[in-house]
Amino acid sequence: MSLRNYFHSLEPHFEKGGKYEKYYPLFEMVETIFFTSNTVTKVAPHARSFVDMKRVMTYVVISTIPCILWALYNTGLQTNSALATVGVESQLGWRISLLQFIGVGISPENLVSNIIHGLLYFLPIYLTTLIAGGICEVTFATIRGHEVNEGFLVSSMLFALTLPASTPLWQVALGISFGVVVGKEVFGGTGKNFLNPALTGRAFLYFAYPAYMSGDSIWTPVDGYSGATSLGIAAAEGYESLSNYGITWADAFLGTIQGSLGETSTLACAIGLVFLLLTKIANYRMVVGCLLGMIIFSSFLNLVGSDTNPMFSMPWYWHLVIGSYAFGLVFMVTEPVSGSHTNLGRYIYGALIGFMVVMIRVLNPAFPEGMMLAILFGNIFAPLIDHFVVMANIKRRTKLNVQTQ
Amino acid sequence: MSQTRKQLLTDPLVDNNPITLQVLGICSALAVTSSLNVAFVMSLAVIAVCGFSSLFISFLRHYIPNSIRIIVQMVIIASLVILVDQIIKAYAYEISKTLSVFVGLIITNCIVMGRAEAFAMKNKPFESFVDGVGNGLGYSLLLMSVGVIRELFGSGSLFGVMIFEPVSNGGWYVPNGLLLLPPSAFFIIGFIIWGVRTWKKSQVEAREYKIQTLEEH
Repeated sequence: MSLRNYFHSLEPHFEKGGKYEKYYPLFEMVETIFFTSNTVTKVAPHARSFVDMKRVMTYVVISTIPCILWALYNTGLQTNSALATVGVESQLGWRISLLQFIGVGISPENLVSNIIHGLLYFLPIYLTTLIAGGICEVTFATIRGHEVNEGFLVSSMLFALTLPASTPLWQVALGISFGVVVGKEVFGGTGKNFLNPALTGRAFLYFAYPAYMSGDSIWTPVDGYSGATSLGIAAAEGYESLSNYGITWADAFLGTIQGSLGETSTLACAIGLVFLLLTKIANYRMVVGCLLGMIIFSSFLNLVGSDTNPMFSMPWYWHLVIGSYAFGLVFMVTEPVSGSHTNLGRYIYGALIGFMVVMIRVLNPAFPEGMMLAILFGNIFAPLIDHFVVMANIKRRTKLNVQTQ
Repeated sequence: MSQTRKQLLTDPLVDNNPITLQVLGICSALAVTSSLNVAFVMSLAVIAVCGFSSLFISFLRHYIPNSIRIIVQMVIIASLVILVDQIIKAYAYEISKTLSVFVGLIITNCIVMGRAEAFAMKNKPFESFVDGVGNGLGYSLLLMSVGVIRELFGSGSLFGVMIFEPVSNGGWYVPNGLLLLPPSAFFIIGFIIWGVRTWKKSQVEAREYKIQTLEEH
């Protein structure tokens, strides 16, 4: 029996009146992994397009691949380098034993060792995200009777990539559950969320467990090893002194610096961005707006200058490569649901985020990193921006009408 | 009387809770629920003010000119609040410092004013008193529930007694810092309202709009 026929034979059980009617969302989820949906639009307007939700979401997941690969390599690299400094003997853990058992060792020069070591950190986090978030998602889908959506794959991947490698797994589970439930499902599921679900979960962890989400000792999962992030160094001593720590602009661009799993490499994010722009999943207006907002405001602060706050003098090309700016710009700002929906609004929305991120990084001493908060701030303002853009358009059209009469 | 006295007392607990159903008095619920001690004292204060203000306003209800009734109600409520504030300062000074302005702000608590305006102005003194106490209890019930969640998971203790030993003291529990911040009370109240309305379907409000589905088109 072919797979297609197998699904056909199962389908009646899950449809209205069937034995497992309640579990239709589960059935639909599994079926659409293999086949395209056979529900079609019944009423006008009929727009023919090959892009459906599944394709959009899958493309976003594909675009994160460079970041994932870099996350694996860099996490391993950072961990192995740190181990080389503090000594392996002082460390316990199944990862090191496993690496030594299979014989790849833990040398930072060894590419394979780096990638496998990174994988041993990334995989548990990602699997926990999928399982915990998946349970929430499927529960809601079953009770509410909506479909399990591929949007969850995107949220879970982005969420996992924004976490530091040392995050305890129970926090991962708690964070993604909060993100899925409060960030998305309470508003009615994918497409109705006004906040980015992955960032909602990340922000929850950031405020709930600040000791695990910020500071100097969490970025590299090695006991007794402490290293500030580039942003932390820049905030404390100025970006010029990054070179004293062996961090050049090229390092920061390539991503061999400390940070959350997927955010370190601007290059990897840029590859993802090109893919998203070429496939027109991401709207370029948001990206342009966000870049302009950041560049203009940080240049303005460069001009203003400050004797006490070294962040004032940090140029825009450093803002671009350190912290999570690039990652947020590519994968979070461009998210179509929680962003603005009008074209002019998209520029304003992007610029607001670009402005806010510099604002928080430079002028707010409480938070070294501002991208997460800036994007959530932008999300909240997106409907308002749209409202004014639409109103302005109505006003303009009304005036036009008066003139022609 | 459409309601018995017992109903007056018990209705506001769940069926007509001032916070979960009427969504009044939220500000103080956000501010004073991070520790149970404080929440408890605040609850007592609101019960007292709400009960007695209803009682006195009901006594005076035939003598209050309609055009200045709000002012008269405010004077009565404000006097009671000052009284309560002084008592707390005298007997629980530490807690009064944590509560700071929030006892004073009971004056502006919509629950107290709401009961005076909606019930005490039209009903007999004893019924009004019971109604005021009932609403105070409804407020307290929610305040305490939120307080239990916030203190237990936020600092691992209840009424200051350690239940979950935090990691910083050598225990196993990692306190959730978000719960000590006021916004967390928003989430918790939201979740409680969600839970109550799932349990008591009659509290669910009618939808203002409905998204059209294909079939109805």
